[in-house]
Amino acid sequence: MTVCSEVRAPSLNCRNWKRHPPAFTPQYKSTVARSPNQPLIRVRDDQVQSHGPKFNREDIFPNDWDLLTNFAAQGATALGPRILLHGQVQDENNRPVPNTLIECWQANAAGRYRHPVDTYLAPLDPNFGGCGRTLTDHDGRYRFRTVQPGPYPWPNGPNTWRPAHIHFSIFGHCFAQRLITQCYFEGDPFLPLCPIFQAIPDTNAANGLIAKLDISETMPHDTVAYRFDITLRGRNTTYFEGNSDGT
Amino acid sequence: MERDTLEPSENQLFETASQTAGPYLHIGLAPNSIGLPSAGKEPRNKSCPQNQKTDSIQIVGTVWDGRKEPVKDAMLEAWQPDLGEISADSGIIDGEFERWHRVVTDFRNGNWSFNTCYPRTFGNFAPSISFWLVARGINIGLHTRMYFPENTKANALDPVLNSVAVERRNTLIAHQVGRLGYRFDIVLQGDNETVFFDV
Ligand SMILES: [Fe+3]
Repeated sequence: MTVCSEVRAPSLNCRNWKRHPPAFTPQYKSTVARSPNQPLIRVRDDQVQSHGPKFNREDIFPNDWDLLTNFAAQGATALGPRILLHGQVQDENNRPVPNTLIECWQANAAGRYRHPVDTYLAPLDPNFGGCGRTLTDHDGRYRFRTVQPGPYPWPNGPNTWRPAHIHFSIFGHCFAQRLITQCYFEGDPFLPLCPIFQAIPDTNAANGLIAKLDISETMPHDTVAYRFDITLRGRNTTYFEGNSDGT
Repeated sequence: MERDTLEPSENQLFETASQTAGPYLHIGLAPNSIGLPSAGKEPRNKSCPQNQKTDSIQIVGTVWDGRKEPVKDAMLEAWQPDLGEISADSGIIDGEFERWHRVVTDFRNGNWSFNTCYPRTFGNFAPSISFWLVARGINIGLHTRMYFPENTKANALDPVLNSVAVERRNTLIAHQVGRLGYRFDIVLQGDNETVFFDV
């Protein structure tokens, strides 16, 4: 029988804060009153956060991954450029992260969200909800079929537009790996103008959020493919899976 | 804007950069909260096993910003693993089970609440519930945790609480409301700012 004190959880690599936008980024105005003033306090070997919720196939519907049809009337599909967004979830040690829940949400092809707060005058699409879910397979791979979202204006300044993007939420295998990010698209002219994207201090980290056209996965006459890989924090390499005392 | 560039070593990748969940997070994370027609399933809160021999408690709170305004568009996730052995007569197999809750703050007043089981002690960690908070204006999710006011002795030995300056520990300790209720307010910035962790 396992007793608590012997569950020696593998600790994660320290988070590399230079890869993430700082909490206070005044060019993104909403951060001004929502960013802590005090520094974060580092917790080491936290047994609570080294575990996390697990989801399985019963937690989602089989067509949750397909935003073209998952909110559409029977026989209908969402309006807009049809894309297949796919990639792999791996950790910093280059190991796939299988069976992890990914949730995504996005504006429709006109740049409008199906949300009571969004009052942009672009039209809603009655056949598009903008919400998807999937579990990665045993190689950490995922795919969503959807429409490419449109850019949209937002009230950060007198004339600010978000680049086309899809919001991603990823669980990983422990609570400390939890991540929410946004996937952008190659060649978007709004990227250099976006205060949220530009808040990422590291060039490679910022570029890592840009999905690339993937002609090899494109379905001819049907769907353009983009590839977006996601990396979650890795565990200290001294830990070996299935060996709870780390030896 | 000038940026640094960090080059990864061979076989070493870097964590994907975080971005804010934005104001429309409900669409993807809590569609029922905005009445989005239910085409899919929301991931269920994973809660108390039926035969668990601990008290069911309610936790309520409000999220506040640096202007002392309630944050009405946040999402919180709460996490409490229960690791290790469970006594044989409880009927629960030994091993690991889990409680996970997701709540969004109320659009009118920034309040949230959920019911859960009283968390267990393990090792020298006092009973606690971990929280992760995202919202518009939060560039990377904030980790914090809630402790219980009645566990004075266990809290004094808890390694996480002990890593916090004495004068700020009270921000992590809930207030009891009634017999089985607790209030845990989260202050993002300013006076009485909640302690957030780099986990
Ligand atoms: Fe957005």
